[in-house]
Amino acid sequence: MSDAMRLYEVWVYLQAEPLFWLTLTIGCYLFADFLYKSSGLFPLLNPVAISVALVSGCLIIFDVEYERYFNGAKFIHFLLGPATVALAIPIYLNWRVVSTERVAILATVFIGSVFAIAITFGISYLLNIDLVTIKSLLPRNVTAPIAMGISELIGGIPSLTAIITIVTGVTGAALGTFVLDLVRIRNMSARGFAFGLTSHGIGTARAMSRDKTAGVFAAVAMGLSGVITALLLPLIFRIISDLL
Amino acid sequence: MLHAIFLIFVLQLAGEFLQKYFALTVPGPVIGLLLMLGLLLFLKPSPGSDSGFGQRVIDTANTLLQHLSLLFVPIGVGVVMHLQLLESQLVKVLGVIIIGTLSTLIFTAFLFQWLRKRGPDE
Repeated sequence: MSDAMRLYEVWVYLQAEPLFWLTLTIGCYLFADFLYKSSGLFPLLNPVAISVALVSGCLIIFDVEYERYFNGAKFIHFLLGPATVALAIPIYLNWRVVSTERVAILATVFIGSVFAIAITFGISYLLNIDLVTIKSLLPRNVTAPIAMGISELIGGIPSLTAIITIVTGVTGAALGTFVLDLVRIRNMSARGFAFGLTSHGIGTARAMSRDKTAGVFAAVAMGLSGVITALLLPLIFRIISDLL
Repeated sequence: MLHAIFLIFVLQLAGEFLQKYFALTVPGPVIGLLLMLGLLLFLKPSPGSDSGFGQRVIDTANTLLQHLSLLFVPIGVGVVMHLQLLESQLVKVLGVIIIGTLSTLIFTAFLFQWLRKRGPDE
């Protein structure tokens, strides 16, 4: 048997195992994280975006199906749930700050969530996007599992919503810093809060990597806006569909 | 560390249970977050002052959150591999996402800055 054949056989064996895809994912992430940190946390080098591009590139070059990749990567994906529960810890550690701002927090989550839904509907409607896609777009600013649940409830396509939420998260995390600098918002709690409300977990990860206070307010905004949107959106959607 | 992981799993499981049982639209892990926060506020462990269970939960959570970005990579790759779902509407949808996200970001940041109490950092 030739060396090439032997290598191919080993590859066929390895790519069927979770270990290979786990290693690839962590490797790409560590490289992306290194780039991000050595660039002084330059937002366009968002570690989620870079790692996703690297891993996807590998899958496309080697013609690997996503399902096979996910079979390994699901072990990392699984940790999203426990990590969400763990977000309670930074909130608790900063509870004194959070509770003194509770009026601002609750009011901003409520008004901000309604604003996010309204602007999404408004632009989609103006652009003549079809109704199923609009329904899939509406919950885009909250964390993917909540967004997918809402999407299903109002008649959108959950997998389309998953795509839209991730793109929303990366957009906010990668461009948010520039936009907030441009409008001269310097207060770290306000910046973090906006990141958490508009870009859920990916925005929260970005805020946490930059500033502790920003990270805490991002986590608070992400959790609360998820809950509020889950409760409000089905009601708002009923009003919108009555108007159409 | 194992005790802390166990506590986190138990609370997530409790969250998933409540979500399914009452058919809530809020997902299990977010309910788990609220349960964990409630538990911490009730027990009030003080960080640093003791090397007990409270500190171990805090350390474990920090380890999990340190590389939060990594956890979004698998689903992010799925996004790239399934972009064809958007078909002809890709440009319009991207337009909605970019304009919607950035305008919401500015709106919320201004609103929060305006509503919050003036702290010593200004």
